[in-house]
Amino acid sequence: MIRVQNLTKYYGERLALDDISFNVEKGEILGLLGPNGAGKTTAMRIITSFLMPTRGDVWVADCNMAENSLEGRRHIGYLPEAIPLYTDVTVRSYLEFSGRIRGMDSNHVKTRIDDVVELCRLEEYIDVLIGKLSRGFRQRVGVAQAIIHEPEVMILDEPTLGIDPIQVSQTRQLIKDLGQEHTILLSSHILPEVSMTCDRVVIIHEGRIVAEDKIENLSTIITGSRSIRLEVQGPAGEVTTKLSNIKGVRQVRYEEPHHFVDCPPEQDLRPKLMEAIVQGGWILLGMEAVEMSLEDIFLELTTEEYDEDEEDIFVEDEGDVEA
Amino acid sequence: MKNIGLIASKEFRSHLTSPMAYIVTFVFLLITGTFFSTYLTGTGYTDTSIAGFLNPGNLLLLLFASVLTMRLLAEEKKMGTWELLLTAPVRDSEVVLGKFLGSLGILLSMLALTLYYPLLLVWFGDPDIGPIVTSYIGLILLGSSAMAVGLFASSVTSNQIVAAVISGAILFALWFVGSAVALVPANIGELLAYVSLMHNFGDFTVGIIDTRAIIYYLSIIALFLFFTIRSIETGRWS
Repeated sequence: MIRVQNLTKYYGERLALDDISFNVEKGEILGLLGPNGAGKTTAMRIITSFLMPTRGDVWVADCNMAENSLEGRRHIGYLPEAIPLYTDVTVRSYLEFSGRIRGMDSNHVKTRIDDVVELCRLEEYIDVLIGKLSRGFRQRVGVAQAIIHEPEVMILDEPTLGIDPIQVSQTRQLIKDLGQEHTILLSSHILPEVSMTCDRVVIIHEGRIVAEDKIENLSTIITGSRSIRLEVQGPAGEVTTKLSNIKGVRQVRYEEPHHFVDCPPEQDLRPKLMEAIVQGGWILLGMEAVEMSLEDIFLELTTEEYDEDEEDIFVEDEGDVEA
Repeated sequence: MKNIGLIASKEFRSHLTSPMAYIVTFVFLLITGTFFSTYLTGTGYTDTSIAGFLNPGNLLLLLFASVLTMRLLAEEKKMGTWELLLTAPVRDSEVVLGKFLGSLGILLSMLALTLYYPLLLVWFGDPDIGPIVTSYIGLILLGSSAMAVGLFASSVTSNQIVAAVISGAILFALWFVGSAVALVPANIGELLAYVSLMHNFGDFTVGIIDTRAIIYYLSIIALFLFFTIRSIETGRWS
């Protein structure tokens, strides 16, 4: 349903997305998990064609978003991180505009508004000015505008950011319910959120995909390994065998000219590796820990459930004068 | 077309709910009305024309067009609704035209409210109708051009004040470049006169409809609407 291929995005000199590819199958809920600033929002903005990629392609419902963007956009319901609300109109007229601008005729919008208002539990607020609503209700209006035109694909950027715990669990339930009929891509920096709502997860860090797996395997990903890169002068095959036999080593890969040794994070195996290489009579040209391991990335993720109180919660001033 | 109408009517209604349109219209009517009446009394009611209204009116129109247009796109960017508009199945050009026509509606309403000046003249005197009609045509063209410039300024920033300053600067530069005509050699002066908002406006006030002036204003409108569309496209690529 969504196909992302070799997506790269530079903001000026800064690399925001580095050659990422992933698919979201029909009816699937895919979580895009990563710390703040990992590139989740950029990826979503490119998929929705709000931004153009520097390189790479995106297909949504078989439409190439570079060539046939208008048709592709019809299939997408998008909830950006900053909920796109006009504060000077009522919930009803906002939803009416959101539906019409996506090509619905006015009669269809009117009947559909009743459905989404019920689904998002906004019945009592339908004729209230959006500027008067609290953050939690604004977020529901945001979800409502994303589903009003019954899109096949929903893209939700941090859908539970800044709302209270009860509303968080309600929103997650809503996402799960929607997932039965829609294909959903959601982003989050909160680990339990993704594991609770999604079928599959793509972990993204500093613009790159570092892991991708079914949610059941998430725990194995987390307790994964630390990788050490070696450059050894000697017969590659023999080196690989010898290093694999060291106690504690999980796996050895050879990608010329380097050996990558995966070991448990709690154990420093470097002295043993060194020893084995010297014993074999080979020459060690280099050894270093490779980048960030998944554990480190997860440390940057929010692993606790409700610790968002400290985040800046941006709520518009109610008496906001529209200049 | 449907999308343009949708965005235009949304824009027009949103103007009506914000205090800014009322404040601008109130101040516009207050100042032009004062000038209109002092001009009439100053001439001892011998010149029954709308010259008193036109003279500050044309410059005020530029100023207030900047104020009315500054929020058009800048506010959408600030509020995040920009993402809703640009990810909806709508062309960038439709967004721009919709915004332009919606705010033009406000400008035309504002000008319509000044129609009581000529009505007073007709009621109490015997004014020359021709120049009044052409003056209004001129004001509409001038105002529309100013709106297009303002829309462009609003597309390059998410700060409304910055947008107003940019459009004000472009508009006053295009206006006062006309004042420099006499100071430079004739061939350059002719060129300056042709690109000046001021010079092209002159004929309308004396009852002349010059096709060149009409083409000039329409070109300014088209050019700045085009710039706005390009500015939005550039935003997607940056």
